Amino acid sequence: MSLSAALTSRAAAAVDVRRAGRSATVSALMPLAAVVVLAALPFLVYAGVTDTLVNLFVLIALASMWNLLAGFGGLVSVGQQAYIGIGAYSVIAFAGQGVQPYLAILLAALTSVIFAVPTSWLAFRLRGDYFAVGTWVIAEVYRLVVVRVDSLGGASGKGLTGLAGIDQTLRGALTYWVALGLAFASIATCYLLLRGRLGLSLMAVRDEETAAGSAGIDVRRAKYLVYLVAAAGCGAAGGVITVSSLSVNPDAVFSVQWSAYMIFIVVIGGIGFIEGPLLGAVVFFALQQFLADYGSWYLVLLGAIGMAAALWLPGGLWGVMRDRTGLSLFPVGYHVRL
Amino acid sequence: MEILNAVIQGLLIGGLYALFAAGLSLMFGVMRIVNLAHGDLAVVAAFLALALVSGTGLPLWLVVLVTVPMFALLGYLTQRVLLQRSLSSGPLATLLVTFGLSIVLQNVLLEAFSADTRTLDGGSFATGSFRLNAAVSIGYLSLATFLLAVLVLIGIQLFLSRTGLGRMLRASADDRETAGLVGGNPRHIYGIATAIAFATVAIAGLMFAMRSSFDPSIGPSRLIFAFEAVVIGGLGSLWGTLLGGVVLGVTQSLGAQIDPALTLLAGHLVFLAVLAFRPQGLIPGRTA
Amino acid sequence: MTLLSIRDLTVHHGQLRAVDRLSLRVGEGEVLAVIGANGAGKSSLLRAVAGLTPPSSGSIHLRDRDITRLPAHERVCAGVALVPEGRRLFRSLTVQDNLLTGTYRKRPGPWTLARVYELFPWMADRRRQNAAQLSGGEQQAVAIGRALLSNPDLLLLDELSLGLAPVVVRRIYEVLPGIVSGGTAALIVEQDVAQAMRVAGRVHCLLEGRSVLEGRPQDLNAARVEHAYFGIGEERH
Repeated sequence: MSLSAALTSRAAAAVDVRRAGRSATVSALMPLAAVVVLAALPFLVYAGVTDTLVNLFVLIALASMWNLLAGFGGLVSVGQQAYIGIGAYSVIAFAGQGVQPYLAILLAALTSVIFAVPTSWLAFRLRGDYFAVGTWVIAEVYRLVVVRVDSLGGASGKGLTGLAGIDQTLRGALTYWVALGLAFASIATCYLLLRGRLGLSLMAVRDEETAAGSAGIDVRRAKYLVYLVAAAGCGAAGGVITVSSLSVNPDAVFSVQWSAYMIFIVVIGGIGFIEGPLLGAVVFFALQQFLADYGSWYLVLLGAIGMAAALWLPGGLWGVMRDRTGLSLFPVGYHVRL
Repeated sequence: MEILNAVIQGLLIGGLYALFAAGLSLMFGVMRIVNLAHGDLAVVAAFLALALVSGTGLPLWLVVLVTVPMFALLGYLTQRVLLQRSLSSGPLATLLVTFGLSIVLQNVLLEAFSADTRTLDGGSFATGSFRLNAAVSIGYLSLATFLLAVLVLIGIQLFLSRTGLGRMLRASADDRETAGLVGGNPRHIYGIATAIAFATVAIAGLMFAMRSSFDPSIGPSRLIFAFEAVVIGGLGSLWGTLLGGVVLGVTQSLGAQIDPALTLLAGHLVFLAVLAFRPQGLIPGRTA
Repeated sequence: MTLLSIRDLTVHHGQLRAVDRLSLRVGEGEVLAVIGANGAGKSSLLRAVAGLTPPSSGSIHLRDRDITRLPAHERVCAGVALVPEGRRLFRSLTVQDNLLTGTYRKRPGPWTLARVYELFPWMADRRRQNAAQLSGGEQQAVAIGRALLSNPDLLLLDELSLGLAPVVVRRIYEVLPGIVSGGTAALIVEQDVAQAMRVAGRVHCLLEGRSVLEGRPQDLNAARVEHAYFGIGEERH
């Protein structure tokens, strides 16, 4: 055997490049099992529990979308509440036209995408930190425009019609399933998107934008796609918020507080990991429940934890867990084993 | 005549917006940081002054004289302790840290002072005015705020162009590594930039608190006005920032003439229009 | 008397070992030229001496002071000034402001703005111009002036000739003897061997991060330098 052939075969034996680590094959069934158990919950526990979990699922969906934007697309937005608001109002508007509210959630996602197209044209003129504040201003503009539309209830908001005929218990369960479906769909969308060509493009962009551009990757297109998907996800989440609360209030749905939640969930959980928002949302949710009696102190604590995580735990809690255990539920990167 | 009055009032408040914006612009120019807690710092200054006035009984002018240097010191320390660390952890970290700071400040104020609206009592000076003609009356405080804003901007400009430290701030904005090669300690220089930003936003917050009511939640909207003034005027140019503030103020004031509910929207729309048609701003400075 | 003494210095450029256990000395007022091909580790050496790249091992002493771990801005106070590769002027500052940044640390010494203008008379007339509007050679002169105004004991010059026309390079090198005659020592890194040999009192030739040849220019013949430069022949040890 020639020397080069020997070297090649040795190298091939030594380096084993794979996408899904061993843990992934084992844990691939875990999310599915979790979904099945969660889907059965309305039959097992009190409505109070499932109603609370709706909030958790919405947070998971929102945080996953923000993670997709910032963690993978490098688009740090402080204005995703624009799409939450648009989605929430879309459900109100479509339900007013006689569309079944649960189905209107899909239309809400679509409406958000339609608004996201011209919005991105403006917002993408700003880069980095300026993009963040720019998206915030745009969200404010949407709020100010919406409160001027009298048919949408103006500044005081509007109630949701179209769910009155459904039994309260069934309605609670349906909302729960829709929220669960939303959370599941958000994570699945991130996973599938990032496994595909887009994932590779985005990782190249994140690592070195100029180099990725010169290597023939259409940076702008990749970011654009991520932005539209995130708009759809947040729009659907806004729709779920409406069917869950049965009304909409402009100051609440367009509040920058949503961005605060998304950002801190992702940063605490682990930015740039699909698992991050999931873990972060659970931690955030637990904090919120434990500190419910302490007024806004939980936000102070949240902000402080978020700052600490940004400074000292750039990979968040999931990053720490992964470093310790090598665990990966949703492997989208490539692992080289020597 | 009402239009003229609206333009003049808008122009005067534009000075205040420029004052809010100056620090934001400076910090971005030198460090490439957008401080998302910028507006909340102004509110903190207002509440601090309120607490000092009611707690110690000292006259307001004295409290202002104490608060502003205190904020400069606070800014220097914030940079050295908090922001410097975030600068070395990547571009995301600075945004996340300042956003976290914003949430923390807002909610600490909320717990400490409740959500009630307050005002800083500036006495007869704050409410007094003189008449230019039948339709136009100018408040002493508005005029003083505008003049103060212009003076502060001139002061910053002189500091940047005439002093060694100011020159080093501009040099760092261009090329941080090379600024170190001529002896500039980046941490100190960044600390100075942040100190100026904090001091100016404290002045802006105090002037604002004397003319309007405030509560713990108004910080973000101050940040947005400041940001809009910077973008409208053009990144990296202080005179652009003044022009941006004035354009924003006049637009809001004219919008309010049509319908008071249009005040904010009119300002945002001008900002979006500039973004769409003249993204480099009205007076483009050096490339930021 | 030794001004700069470098012992066993190793500097990494990413994964690459750019400088490999290098030792060298620069005497007070001496001009030492370090020559070598592209990638021989010359710029990494200067960046380590200026404090921009922390060395992996070894030490750097200025007189008796260990400056190995000193940040770049404090080395300026200690008396080291670098004229960086590619000039690196502050683009939005005027010529005069660029020069004046050199006075930031107010180190006492012979160099003043007036003396720099004496050395480069054209600069005084164009002091209000933006540095970005100058030609490459003019920018190089401003970068030298800026470094001189910090009144260094040791001037580090990184690839002065890079990207400049030969006639411009010659003009830049013509002023160097005037600068060092005032007692400032210089460590020059240069690909243009002929220019470096003309001004230097002593020459080191670097190959793959190591010194493969050392001597006074008049003692070295062209063939030996060429061999060391390209790493051919028996000179490696």
